[in-house]
Amino acid sequence: MTTTLLTNAILIDPETGTEAPGSLLIAGGRILATGAEAEKAGAESVIDCGGLCLAPGIVDIGVKVCEPGERHKESFGTAGRAAAAGGVTTIVTRPDTNPAIDNPETLEFVTRRAREDAPVRVLPMAALTKAREGREMTEIGFLMDAGAVAFTDCDRVVTDTKVLQRALTYAKARGALVLGHIQEPGLSKGACATSGKFAALKGLSAVSPMAERMGIDRDVSLLEMTGARYHFDQVTTARALPALERAKRNGLDVTAGVSIHHLTLNEYDVSDYRTFFKVKPPLRAEEDRQAVVEAVASGLIDIISSMHTPQDEESKRLPFEEAASGAVGLETLLPAAMRLVHAGDLTLPVLFRALSLNPSKRLGLETGRLTAGAPADLVLFDPHAPFVLDRFKLLSKSKNTPFDSARMQGRVRATFVGGQQVHGEPLNAA
Amino acid sequence: MSFRQTHLLGIERLAPDEITTLLDLAEDYVALNRSADKHSDALAGLTQINMFFENSTRTQASFELAGKRLGADVMNMAMQASSVKKGETLIDTALTLNAMHPDLLVVRHPNSGAVDLLAQKVNCAVLNAGDGRHEHPTQALLDALTIRRAKGRLHRLNIAICGDIAHSRVARSNLLLLHKMENRIRLVGPPTLVPGAFAELGCEVYDSMEEGLKDVDVVMMLRLQKERMDGGFIPSEREYYHRYGLDAEKLAHAAPDAIVMHPGPMNRGVEIDGTIADDINRSVIRDQVEMGVAVRMAAMDLLAQNLRARRAEAAA
Repeated sequence: MTTTLLTNAILIDPETGTEAPGSLLIAGGRILATGAEAEKAGAESVIDCGGLCLAPGIVDIGVKVCEPGERHKESFGTAGRAAAAGGVTTIVTRPDTNPAIDNPETLEFVTRRAREDAPVRVLPMAALTKAREGREMTEIGFLMDAGAVAFTDCDRVVTDTKVLQRALTYAKARGALVLGHIQEPGLSKGACATSGKFAALKGLSAVSPMAERMGIDRDVSLLEMTGARYHFDQVTTARALPALERAKRNGLDVTAGVSIHHLTLNEYDVSDYRTFFKVKPPLRAEEDRQAVVEAVASGLIDIISSMHTPQDEESKRLPFEEAASGAVGLETLLPAAMRLVHAGDLTLPVLFRALSLNPSKRLGLETGRLTAGAPADLVLFDPHAPFVLDRFKLLSKSKNTPFDSARMQGRVRATFVGGQQVHGEPLNAA
Repeated sequence: MSFRQTHLLGIERLAPDEITTLLDLAEDYVALNRSADKHSDALAGLTQINMFFENSTRTQASFELAGKRLGADVMNMAMQASSVKKGETLIDTALTLNAMHPDLLVVRHPNSGAVDLLAQKVNCAVLNAGDGRHEHPTQALLDALTIRRAKGRLHRLNIAICGDIAHSRVARSNLLLLHKMENRIRLVGPPTLVPGAFAELGCEVYDSMEEGLKDVDVVMMLRLQKERMDGGFIPSEREYYHRYGLDAEKLAHAAPDAIVMHPGPMNRGVEIDGTIADDINRSVIRDQVEMGVAVRMAAMDLLAQNLRARRAEAAA
């Protein structure tokens, strides 16, 4: 078992909340030791990290890989390479494919395709109800046996509360984690913008941010009934935060996420109907954005994800209201999040708590840490390196990023999965 | 010349001096249209294509007449019945059109922003004849010309825009234009049809006609856009007429010389009483139609001048 020492790095440790110069000793795909202990061990090879930041690899919950059904938009190969390029070492995939991943056979297909093609770890989620139609729960037990790490109908809200109550009760018994999209579906029907001055001026059908609060309130009531393990996939409005805070204080087993787009963009970025900025839920007011950034800093919102949603040019080159929702995000997640660090909103350890540690904890994974014994899933990045994003250079098959031509700061230099380098110029061992 | 636009997509992008330039030229065309020989060759040799993805009789006829009076070759494409139904996207339609070398493209589309999208992909001047609930610039310009002629000025007026604001592109364009020209604007209607966000656009919002119309100089009524509504925004047409329909009693709250406008087509007995609409002392509704042709002639003339200048520059 060869030992490798990654030295001269700034270690970003979300568990201890520290960022400090140090070294990491890895062997057999795992972290053996950190700090002075690592340096004394006398490793067989030594890699000089050149003073760059070394953090636990990102665990991205809610990535859409368009297999099965729409491989022309994204495949496990392209999504996996995009993830590696973005410092994402584990992608937790969504079941909103065509057909939906709602039975063990489809899940096995996904697992096989991922194993064949993806250079990063892939953990699949499965649908909560059959065909994501909100009528009957899926085979939660069999799907867990086949490797499903969580259950979700993605952006479809299970409107029948009896169906959801039963699914949550069953999931609770199996210990399954359920992800919910919080939205009052009646209010948000047909909406593609957040109500306010911008939507009024542009003549876009809009939804009040209150629809998200109503979604949270309903789901929290069901969680009080069932005690299920639950994760709100995207909390994006200031109005929803007190409800989330109450649910946590009352001891419910809940966590919350937010997409990087809602943390770094607001409704005005849509500008002249730019469809690459059409996401679900729609981009919010600046006050909402600031409130959710604060909630990430305080830990009220636990997890940041890319909500990677590939769409081809045809589905985006349409009038705004008719265009498909979603944006790719695997490769821009870290540089976009660095905007929050450079703006002084988050520290690097707090950022990686939300990107790596918390999602790992929520899914019961060993990753997301820099402690001895953890898998050597790592990202080495230069937090300051500036660049202008060119969407055609993205490795994702679909290029629908809202950050095209944006000035960004923060580049991934190398990504390691289980100690193996899966992205970046090979780092020379001395 | 102080008109710098490549397209006329909305009032939002126009500067006040550009609006004045356009209205001044439209005055000339009002005179031409009233003369015996209603013909100019401002657009001679140019091709104008009217693409209406949404039903329209009045606006399409107005644009067609405007183009013909200026000597353009005018073609109407009825887009509801065409390849759009066969799944062709707006972009494909634009590429097809480019091959026909049009010079002026007049577009109406049911989606907000669709005309902007089309304008990015064609190499001619595009005029927005209404996109979803977004803008309808020539309607606002013809309303402005009508007001200027009736009131002698287009600034420091109190103007009430009444009725279905939420679904109205006419309201948005008028709001923007009348703001740019420094007027005070009131929006009057039931709260379901006048979303609170409009107050942030610098208007006063009223839900009572009596208060909203108090001492205004101009009363603009809007059509109840039943076709754009999904579900009940008002309890019934008769309750709406009772509270928000313009009749003599409600109009009495406005200034004694206030004018009454309506973009048409009217729902008589829903948003406006028939006798008010036909009152030649108060109603300028028929003037609006006349100004419509003149304003569209002016808009196409100015855009064509800019188009020719750009082409000459490219050729040089």
